[in-house]
Amino acid sequence: MSEVGKPLGKDLVGLEGLSADQLRMILDTAEPFKEISERRIKKVPVLRGKTIVNLFFEASTRTRISFEFAEKRLSADTVNISSTGSSVAKGETLVDTARNLEAMRIDMVVIRHGASGAARFLAERIPSNVINAGDGWHEHPTQGLLDLLTIRDRMGRIEGLRVCIVGDIKHSRVARSNIYGLRALGAEVAVCGPRTLLPPAPEELGCRVFSRVEEAIEWADVLNVLRLQLERMQAGYVPSLREYNRIWGVSTARLEAAPRDILVLHPGPMNRGVEIDSDVADGPHSVILNQVTNGVAVRMAVLYLLAGGQPERAEAAKEGGEA
Amino acid sequence: MSESDVRRAVARMAREIVERNGGTDGLVLMGIHRRGVQIADMVRREIREAEGVEVPTGSIDITLYRDDLEVIGPRPIVGGSNLPAAGIDGKVVVLVDDVAYTGRTTKAALNEVGDWGRPRRIVLCVLIDRGGRELPIQPDITGREVQVPEGQHVEVLVPEHDGRLGVDLVEKGAESS
Amino acid sequence: MSEKILLRGGRVVDPSQSLDRVHDVLIVDGSVARLADGIEAPEDARTVDCAGKVVCPGLIDVHVHLREPGGEHKETIATGAASAVAGGFTAVCAMPNTDPPIDDPAAVGFVVAAGRAAGLARVYPVGCISSGRAGERLALVGEMVDAGAVAITDDGSPVMNSGLMRMALEYARAFGIPVADHPEDLGLSDGGHMNEGIVSSRLGLGGKPNASEDIHIVRDLLLAELTGGHIHLQHVSTRFGVESIRQAKARGVHVTAEASPHHLVLTHEAVDGYRTEAKMNPPLRAQEDVDAVRAGLADGTLDTIATDHAPHHYDEKEAAFADAPNGIVGLETALGIVLTHVVGEGVIDLPTMIERMSCQPARAFGLPGGTLAIGGPADVTVFDPGARWVVDAGQFRSRSRNTPFGGWELTGRPTMTIVGGRIVWSG
Repeated sequence: MSEVGKPLGKDLVGLEGLSADQLRMILDTAEPFKEISERRIKKVPVLRGKTIVNLFFEASTRTRISFEFAEKRLSADTVNISSTGSSVAKGETLVDTARNLEAMRIDMVVIRHGASGAARFLAERIPSNVINAGDGWHEHPTQGLLDLLTIRDRMGRIEGLRVCIVGDIKHSRVARSNIYGLRALGAEVAVCGPRTLLPPAPEELGCRVFSRVEEAIEWADVLNVLRLQLERMQAGYVPSLREYNRIWGVSTARLEAAPRDILVLHPGPMNRGVEIDSDVADGPHSVILNQVTNGVAVRMAVLYLLAGGQPERAEAAKEGGEA
Repeated sequence: MSESDVRRAVARMAREIVERNGGTDGLVLMGIHRRGVQIADMVRREIREAEGVEVPTGSIDITLYRDDLEVIGPRPIVGGSNLPAAGIDGKVVVLVDDVAYTGRTTKAALNEVGDWGRPRRIVLCVLIDRGGRELPIQPDITGREVQVPEGQHVEVLVPEHDGRLGVDLVEKGAESS
Repeated sequence: MSEKILLRGGRVVDPSQSLDRVHDVLIVDGSVARLADGIEAPEDARTVDCAGKVVCPGLIDVHVHLREPGGEHKETIATGAASAVAGGFTAVCAMPNTDPPIDDPAAVGFVVAAGRAAGLARVYPVGCISSGRAGERLALVGEMVDAGAVAITDDGSPVMNSGLMRMALEYARAFGIPVADHPEDLGLSDGGHMNEGIVSSRLGLGGKPNASEDIHIVRDLLLAELTGGHIHLQHVSTRFGVESIRQAKARGVHVTAEASPHHLVLTHEAVDGYRTEAKMNPPLRAQEDVDAVRAGLADGTLDTIATDHAPHHYDEKEAAFADAPNGIVGLETALGIVLTHVVGEGVIDLPTMIERMSCQPARAFGLPGGTLAIGGPADVTVFDPGARWVVDAGQFRSRSRNTPFGGWELTGRPTMTIVGGRIVWSG
């Protein structure tokens, strides 16, 4: 990693295009941040004086809170803006919002929006650092990163691991970020779910395809189980939630038939009894709570790596950068 | 400074630490990453040989407490910070660093220690004092004072990182990280 | 006062007369008067030196959106006509998806009058197939034709009701006009904003599969066969679509079809990065589809090149991809793009290009023009096939700037446009 300047650039819009070195750097940086959350005073002054806006156009409690904790533990000042609107109104609101943020000289923006491409749209228009907290179906990079960290912590590595993502891949930004991150670090990736919920050309994204969850469990070291949204049933992608659970649900019985000890991840919130059974979620295979802990650390690492750094002033600062 | 010069200086520093404290009670050594950690360890061994007491020793990484993030940008977090098991509340914390220069590292270390707890006293011990302070912070115990000529830089070398023990004056730009 | 223009020494390419040679063209009183070598300029004639240039029958674009009435912030009939002549077009057919739509003789009359008042490119209105463009009942087809409509279409939208499409094809036969269709199955396209494929998969955007267009192309061909009517398929973009048209023509179905410059040149990769200036309907497709459209243009399966010029205001395109409207402008880049990337890449030769951009459009829609025959209207395009230029949307005569070709270096641009014997543009 370069000693001066910005190792990740100005923004984190997605994991697509990040190199294995950059991904490893983020995960390595997240480790010491885990320790801070164990302290009595859970704060370091790294982002003191920085203003961060959490711009959430889609309701989300857990991701927003995770970011807020990360920001406050780095001593930043945070402002939450929630806004929901009709699909057409979303477009105009975004442009105007970008202009307002620029005018207010906000340092960093964390954005979640229902339209794929919204994070990049913003990043191209304002000088603030932009972090994508989920844009439409496109990417949710910090979720991808915390999944990688959780897997690495428990399995010791990513390279050569077999990871299968189970569920509605087509509409999932978590799936896409996972696919890009895992493949960059050398894992083998598969997807499993009803064909109606797979994206076009999964093989071109580099994934194997399993039609039934038993096949996936037979093959995988790690399962990342995605939430099946109620709207998908209503839109007719699957005939019923019960049928989904029967054919693709991750149950203890199925896991026990596995030839090895499988790790189970879930980005949350869970539909217990639909995509994942309660005893699996609460059982020994599950690392779901670790994901949550790692989430704050990963977000702290990302904020830290994006902040500061004006290389042109680095030489002068290097003099005073010693003891 | 040669290897034997350094050893003699460290031995004297260790004696001064114990003398000032009137014994080894309540002492905690905290080495500042990176090379301060090795110096602290050498001090610990000297005290053990001289007094027969194992002084609790920890390390502190001040990367997240630097005040120049704006300019330099994020740097790798090298070692993480480790408190000794008994903690620092009510103790005499001896911050150990290799070189005292602007004083900013010490300030960051003081802030960080303050976030962890409340020591009874904090003492600053450095192997080399090269002057050039930008803050009103002075070491309590110094191994040696060194004048550094223009265009040069003082480097402390430790076996764990550099293969040998010593102190060198090097040309600016040639220093290792 | 009779205006006389002598176009001297250009390469005259007129496929309608199998002409391709250096020639002089004399225009008198709005008609082509003489085609010969070494014409002596009459005293009151304006002489234009066309050495090194191509002189051809005026280009005709049978698919443009002029947005008036209702969308004047994007384009008006006057600015659209100005954009047309700046692109070398002497005539355009204006689509009826305005607000209100062009579905009765009064609306048709309005467009005719506005085009005449602008006095630049000829503007031929196309009326709606269905009343209100609602897709339910036939509009006042006969009365619209009397008022000046040259075809009917519900473009913007497909005709989802096959019964209505059949009726339109049968009914329109009486008036000798084509029924133009935007082939798309809305059920299959639902939720899609670009081509369905690996790029949409990566970007996390809903996609429109080829099948959505193919199904309606096949349906339209079968209905044209059933009724004996003339179906004109707009902006064909799929390989199966091209092949289906090829086979239907072989069976004798009365079908004409369009290829747009962008579907001849760009693939869905152009959308990468969520570029709304590459968003249109039908969307840019995969390389195999582009190859098939090019082959279709070459062998005549696709008879015409039409731009589907669709101006949108900057603000509307400056939105998240899913929220941005479909469409790009095309009148001022068409000739350059086709010369550089279609003719220039050997897909068709220059005379075939003029056939596709002038003769065939006139024939398909029953329009005057498409020829430099003596006595015919003097609608002439002069262009420099070697002129190098860079596309700068800021220079467009159109009111809108939404083009994916900004910054492209092209070879070939129009230098003069003559409508009815009047020079309406030179650049």
